[in-house]
This record gives sequence, structure tokens and C-alpha cells, in this order.
Amino acid sequence: MTLLAVERIKLFTTRSPWWCAALTLIITIGFSALITASTSDASFITVSSAEFGYQFGLAVIMVLAALAVTTEYRFGTIRTTFQAIPHRGAALGAKTTVVALLALVIGLLAGFGSWAMAYLIKPGGDLALNSTDDWVNVAGIGVVYAFAAVIAVAVGILLRHSAGAISLLLIYNLAVESLIQLIPNIGAKIHDWMPFNVAHKFLTGTGGSNGGRGGDSGPPLSTSTLSPAWSLAYFAAFSLVLLGIAIYVAKKRDA
Amino acid sequence: MIEAVGLTKRYGKTLAVNNLSFSVEAGQVTGFLGPNGAGKSTTMRMILGLDNPTSGQVTIGGKKYHELKQPLRTVGALLDAKWVHPNRSARAHLAWMAKSNKLPARRVDEVLEIVGLTGVAGKRAGGFSLGMSQRLGIAAALLGDPEVLLFDEPVNGLDPEGILWIRKFMHRLAEEGRTVFVSSHLLSEMALTATNLIVIGRGELISQSTTTDFVARAAENTVKVRSPQLGLLRDVLVGASATVVEEGPALVVSGMDSDKIGELAAANQVVLHELSPHVGSLEQAFMQITGDSVEYHTEIDGTPAQPLAPTGR
Repeated sequence: MTLLAVERIKLFTTRSPWWCAALTLIITIGFSALITASTSDASFITVSSAEFGYQFGLAVIMVLAALAVTTEYRFGTIRTTFQAIPHRGAALGAKTTVVALLALVIGLLAGFGSWAMAYLIKPGGDLALNSTDDWVNVAGIGVVYAFAAVIAVAVGILLRHSAGAISLLLIYNLAVESLIQLIPNIGAKIHDWMPFNVAHKFLTGTGGSNGGRGGDSGPPLSTSTLSPAWSLAYFAAFSLVLLGIAIYVAKKRDA
Repeated sequence: MIEAVGLTKRYGKTLAVNNLSFSVEAGQVTGFLGPNGAGKSTTMRMILGLDNPTSGQVTIGGKKYHELKQPLRTVGALLDAKWVHPNRSARAHLAWMAKSNKLPARRVDEVLEIVGLTGVAGKRAGGFSLGMSQRLGIAAALLGDPEVLLFDEPVNGLDPEGILWIRKFMHRLAEEGRTVFVSSHLLSEMALTATNLIVIGRGELISQSTTTDFVARAAENTVKVRSPQLGLLRDVLVGASATVVEEGPALVVSGMDSDKIGELAAANQVVLHELSPHVGSLEQAFMQITGDSVEYHTEIDGTPAQPLAPTGR
């Protein structure tokens, strides 16, 4: 508990969390506004199309999360942290928890904000939140952001270098998973199991939130073969395993 | 009370610390001396559990650092004043540290008062001058009112008033019974501050003794004599097994104190115009003893630096 309070103080007495939060909201809600306003036919606007911008907000969230730990290494405060709290696992775990909770809150705001923006611009669209799929697509963004933050913190702990961690996370998030599909024969199979693709399956399922049209005339669906519930479990497990590895390494090596 | 036994640290191929054993007693200021690259900072990091020793161990009051509950209440350390996030205020920096060890919030204001940073407590630490950053680091070390204090180059960047303040402060801390362990390059300052010295070079222990013993043992205590009968005096002194070197119109004698020289001169009817003893300085002692374990030599006047020879100039 104390450790969570410590990490809370540390996170909110710097400027980056505020900037990243603002940027994420602007990007996701802005995207929603862009998509909604640019279609003339209101029937194309569904919950799924309103939430499409979440992937870009995801990149910003991961930058925020990685920075939360890499700036500690850059400015040497990680040594001060380990001096004050020699149990490194507990300290890093608390930091990850606080960052993930912040990501959850930002994700919820982004999800509902995007939905609200679409509703404001085209009230006639198919935006009613009347199925589980719809609710998952909106509120689930918070959960996905939280676990993505865990992944980013883990990468930050392993690389210890701001620019390196951010480059790796952004390139992976924006390009690698899609590009893997280009590998002949096995590319598609690998892609089915890649974490962010699976997370997308959790959010969009089989297209239930796209006005019942499946993947037609809407944002592309995930190719994962897991059910949405198992997709979430897979994504969460992936992030926690990565975090476990990162904390183990941090405990063994020099501060 | 800090106790190191056989501390060794290897970074890849470099042996930074080699079988270092020493103990730091409570109630006094112990200086940690050594040339650049000797392994002082590495040793201090190992004491604080930040680096893992390759072999050997170091304990504080009998416990390893990670076994201490709320370590800031037992050990306070200033290793590097730059280890602060530049966008965080001084108060916030101390606040999270206090929180982590369940120290009361008013303690933050107390230590800020002690180091004189109350006026700038709300300013971002990135804007601090070097002296202010040092004071913030000292404040952080004092936060838990610890019985063991480690300072790595604390006077770095302080003005003369600050240096005097920190010297008196360390003396007071030692008088209160705390263990104060200071590493520094400022030898003149160290001579005034520390009562015990641990000297290392190339990762190995060179000496552990009191400051006065160290200076007496290593530095050249010489006597300068001037006389109208220099030649005769020289023969007499050499005959009495002293080492004599000519320096202009004077002789510099080592291996004999001024009393004996005066008596010898009188016994041989030599008139003396000057008989002045010269006590070696800590700087000389230091250069002498660590001369061949300096990691990074510089060249002065085009000639490579050499360790001072034990006799002669």
C-alpha cells in the first residue's frame, strides 16, 4: 500500500503522465470524430468504427508506461528507489500497478469519449450500447490499455533506455504484427497468436459491435482463433509473464 | 558500523574491487581516499546493495543492506547529487522517499530546514545549481535520521561557507555517535574532516589507519638547514647516517629530526642560520603511497608523472 502511494507521488509529480493522457484522449476521440464526420451514410457508423482509433491511443499509452520506468534509469532515481526499497520486485511491481491503473482510467475515458463523440456527430448511427460486444468494445479499451502498459513497463525495465524502449514498442505496435503476415506459409499462423492481434480479438470479437455486419464495411477484425474471453486471458498472461521476466532480471543485475 | 570482508567486484574483464576488507567505526568520521578509478564509488554502491559483489560481503551493523527494514532509517547516503528527476520539485523528491520508509511528512520540512533549501523547496530540481543539488542530496541522506551516513564527494560544488558547514556538520554527526563514511578527493579538506583514513588504489586496500599516522608514516618529514659551513655540516650529517640533499644554499635533511641536527651542529661548532622542520602534507603522503596505483596518469610539462621517490627530490 505504501509502495503504491510512493509510486503515485512519483508518477504525478512529473509532467509526462498529464501530457500522455491528454494526447491519448485527443487522438482516440479525434479519430472517432474524423471517421464519424467523414461518412455521409449514418448506417456505416457503429460502435466498432467509433472505437477504431484506440490503436493509436495505445501507442501513446505504451510510451507513457515505458517512460515511467526508463526515466528512472536515465536520471539515476532508480538507484535512489532501490536504496529506499531494497525489495526490487515489490518496488517495480508497485510501479507497474500504478501505471496500469492510470492506463485503465485513460482507456475508459478514451473509450466512452470516442463513443460519445460519434454519438454527438451522428446520432442516427447504430451506436446504441445494447449488446455485450458493444460494451466490451467500449469499456474493454481500458483493460487492453492496462495490460499494454504492463508490457511497456516490462520492456522499459529490460532495456533501461528511453529511446530504445519507445522505438521498439512503437515499431512493434504499428508495424511488426501486420508485417509478419507477409511471411509465406507460417506468417499468418504466427500472426494469429501475436499479442496485440489477440487483444484486438477481445475488443472486436467476430464483429458483433459492428452493427451485426461482422467484418464487412467496418474496421478489420482480428484473425485470432480464440474466443474473446480467452483472448483477454492470453493477452493478460503474456503481459504478466513478460513482467515476471523483467523483474527477475532487474533483481539479479546491478542497479 | 560498516564491515567489509573480501569484497570483490568484477565488471566483465575489469577487476574494480579486489579482496577489499575494512571496517568503519561509529562515533568518528572515516575518510575514504583513493585516486580516480580506485573503486570508491563501486565499494559504496556495494555497501548499499545497489551492485552485487562478485564475492565477499559487506554488512552494516551486522546485517546486509537488503535485510534492513526501512533502510533509510539506518543508512543515509549521498552518492550522486544528480540522481533526481529534473522536473520534480525538491519537496516531491523528498516526499516520496519519506513515504517509502513510512517517515512522517514533517520530516521533509525538517531536513529542508537543516540544509537551507526551504525557500526553493517547490522549485523543480532541474533548475538547481550544483551546490543546491548537493544540499538536496544531503537532505535526502538525513531524512531517516540514520545512524550510518555515507557521503561520496559531498563538498563537490559547495562554496567555502558550504564546505565549512558540511565539515562541522559531519563532526557533529560523528559526535552524536553516528558512523560517518566520506569519500573525497579534496585532501586538504579530508585532513581537517576525517580522523580515520581508508586508502585504496586499483581496487585494493593500501592502508587503514588514523589520519595522523598516515601522514607521519608516508610523508617525508624533512628539515631544512642553512649554514655558512655547509660542506662541513653535510659531512657530519652523512656521517651520522642522515640523507642529505642540496637545495640551493640549503641542505634538506631526511631521516633525522631537528633536535638531533641542532645538537650535532653544536658539537661540531657549525653555525646554523636556519633550522626549520617541514611536516609532510596529506597530499604528499597520498601521492607517495598511491603513486603507482594511479589508474589514469596525466602528463605535466611533457614528462610522464612519476611517483615521488622516497628520498631526494
